[in-house]
Amino acid sequence: MTALIDSLRATGRPVLVPYVTGGVAENWMDHVHAAVDAGADAVEIGIPFSDPVIDGPVIQAASVRALERGTTPDTVLRDLASYRGSVPLVVMTYYNLVHRYGHSAFASRLAEVGVRGVVLADLPMEESAEWAEAADAAGVATVQIAAPSTPDDRLEEVCARSKGFVYAMGVMGVTGERAVLADSACAIARRVRAVTDKPVLVGVGVSTPENAAAVTEHADGVVIGAPVMRRIAEGGSVGELVGRFRSALG
Amino acid sequence: MTNVTMGPPSAKGYFGRFGGRFVPEPIVPACLELEAAFADAWADPGFRAELDAHLRHYAGRPSPVTECHNLGDLLGLRVLVKREDLNHTGSHKINNVLGQALLARRMGKRRIVAETGAGQHGVATATACALFGLECVVYMGEVDVARQRLNVFRMELLGATVVPVTSGSRTLKDAVNEALRHWVATVDDTHYCIGSVMGPHPYPWLVREFQRVIGDESRAQCAELLDGGVPTHVLACVGGGSNAAGIFAGFADTDAELIGVEAAGGAAIGSDLVGVVHGSKSMLLQDDAGQVLEAYSVSAGLDYPGIGPEHAHLADIGRAKYPSVTDDEVIEAVRVVSRTEGLIPALESAHAFAYLLREAGRSIPRGSTVLVNLSGRGDKDMEQISDLLAQRKETS
Repeated sequence: MTALIDSLRATGRPVLVPYVTGGVAENWMDHVHAAVDAGADAVEIGIPFSDPVIDGPVIQAASVRALERGTTPDTVLRDLASYRGSVPLVVMTYYNLVHRYGHSAFASRLAEVGVRGVVLADLPMEESAEWAEAADAAGVATVQIAAPSTPDDRLEEVCARSKGFVYAMGVMGVTGERAVLADSACAIARRVRAVTDKPVLVGVGVSTPENAAAVTEHADGVVIGAPVMRRIAEGGSVGELVGRFRSALG
Repeated sequence: MTNVTMGPPSAKGYFGRFGGRFVPEPIVPACLELEAAFADAWADPGFRAELDAHLRHYAGRPSPVTECHNLGDLLGLRVLVKREDLNHTGSHKINNVLGQALLARRMGKRRIVAETGAGQHGVATATACALFGLECVVYMGEVDVARQRLNVFRMELLGATVVPVTSGSRTLKDAVNEALRHWVATVDDTHYCIGSVMGPHPYPWLVREFQRVIGDESRAQCAELLDGGVPTHVLACVGGGSNAAGIFAGFADTDAELIGVEAAGGAAIGSDLVGVVHGSKSMLLQDDAGQVLEAYSVSAGLDYPGIGPEHAHLADIGRAKYPSVTDDEVIEAVRVVSRTEGLIPALESAHAFAYLLREAGRSIPRGSTVLVNLSGRGDKDMEQISDLLAQRKETS
């Protein structure tokens, strides 16, 4: 299996990573496949948590819907076994689910179903060593998050520790769409690029294909979460939405 | 590892195996800044003197220890009660809030965001913000807004903006989530004033230190009442656990048995499960998958599925124990303490008394000297208690 970082580097174009909350609907894997077919370079799969403190209303609502359907880490990972795409999968979740599952067991299970990276929203680098060791052993990349508030010296260490890519938060705030692209999105991308040659993907606040195009002047790619999840909530086509982002990014 | 019981946590904010800083990256720098600012302020005699002056002249400290002879006679014990109910705003919450507001001002923050359950921490925060001219936003679960309407009005009268939280169980846990979300977006000019010994490092340590005054005063007051001695038992209710941490801190180095009383519907220690939520690793009510469960308690202030990490540590090393009492036992305790002593405890504080009433002559042997922390007064609960007593009459 190709390492996440190599897959992302090999795309030869700005990287587009749509996010889908696992278990949000019976047919949620269809949304994942629609995203892949529309040109996603990787897909981020959210495992819903009861207390998603970095998520805004759209992804909170998706988490609630998924949990009400009885979604658990195991059901999400089981469903991922039916994944038929070739682009890498990355899991995004909160640490308590991993802690409860057990580090080694969770890491092995991710590897087993073909997940190549993981973003743990509330596990900053100081707390991540033990998990990262288990993930490394299983061949799963632990992605670290860089925020606009992260000071320069800390940013260097965040990037040094990050595997697969660096997740750069575009805005100081929870996940969700914004009326205008914040200046902080391009600024954090530039700052991260200055200290690492790992791929830099900007997430949070990248709301439109135009935003994505603007951000990828400074970053290797974007993660789009809330726009996708709003589209799913409204019963619209994920493929059409991802296709528009793809066209804008080339 | 910490060597001294109830001393400072480790460099990474751990009490034994509990604590730490499990928060999203954007607020890690603010936690680091707060940690440095608190360490600096706490070592600064000028800051300590200013806080002491506010505690004395504004909050009304020291609060007395009252010997409750009627209750003592009834139970065959010596019962001493630490009167945090007599503080300005009616509970121990003011101790922490005055400390954090002064700290926020010292850090140049102009806004305060807080969560509240019963509303006591929210009222205390709104009060301190009014005093120091800080803008104040308080998140409160919609369920709690309904059952603590008077406190909502008090906060608004004090100039705070109260935001009802409609997500999740619409109680304290969800109010913390929303306060954290607000803080992520406003961390530049806003201080998050956490109301209990929970959250990411340095909060559990900082809040305990600001509440330590309860224990330090009690220790000296007990010494005076007990001819240099200490009580055999120290009792306090525990939700997150700030009043318990404060009073325990004064007796950690004695032989006194430390007992934190949880609500049966929110007994985190009782669950015996380690988990991570709201910034720290502690004991946590959760399901098999790790989803945090909703707590159920008659008292909004104890309606919380977690507990401060230092309490998990004290339980771990056997220095304190954390039994629970039922809502019925709590209502009965409110009635008994009110009738026998003329003290109407808050529903939260009544948990400590409920345990005392149940265990007197049993796990608390006759002749013991028990110090109970009356962490807040019951005025805020009158409407709810009146409804509950009426319900009990109907069903009995």
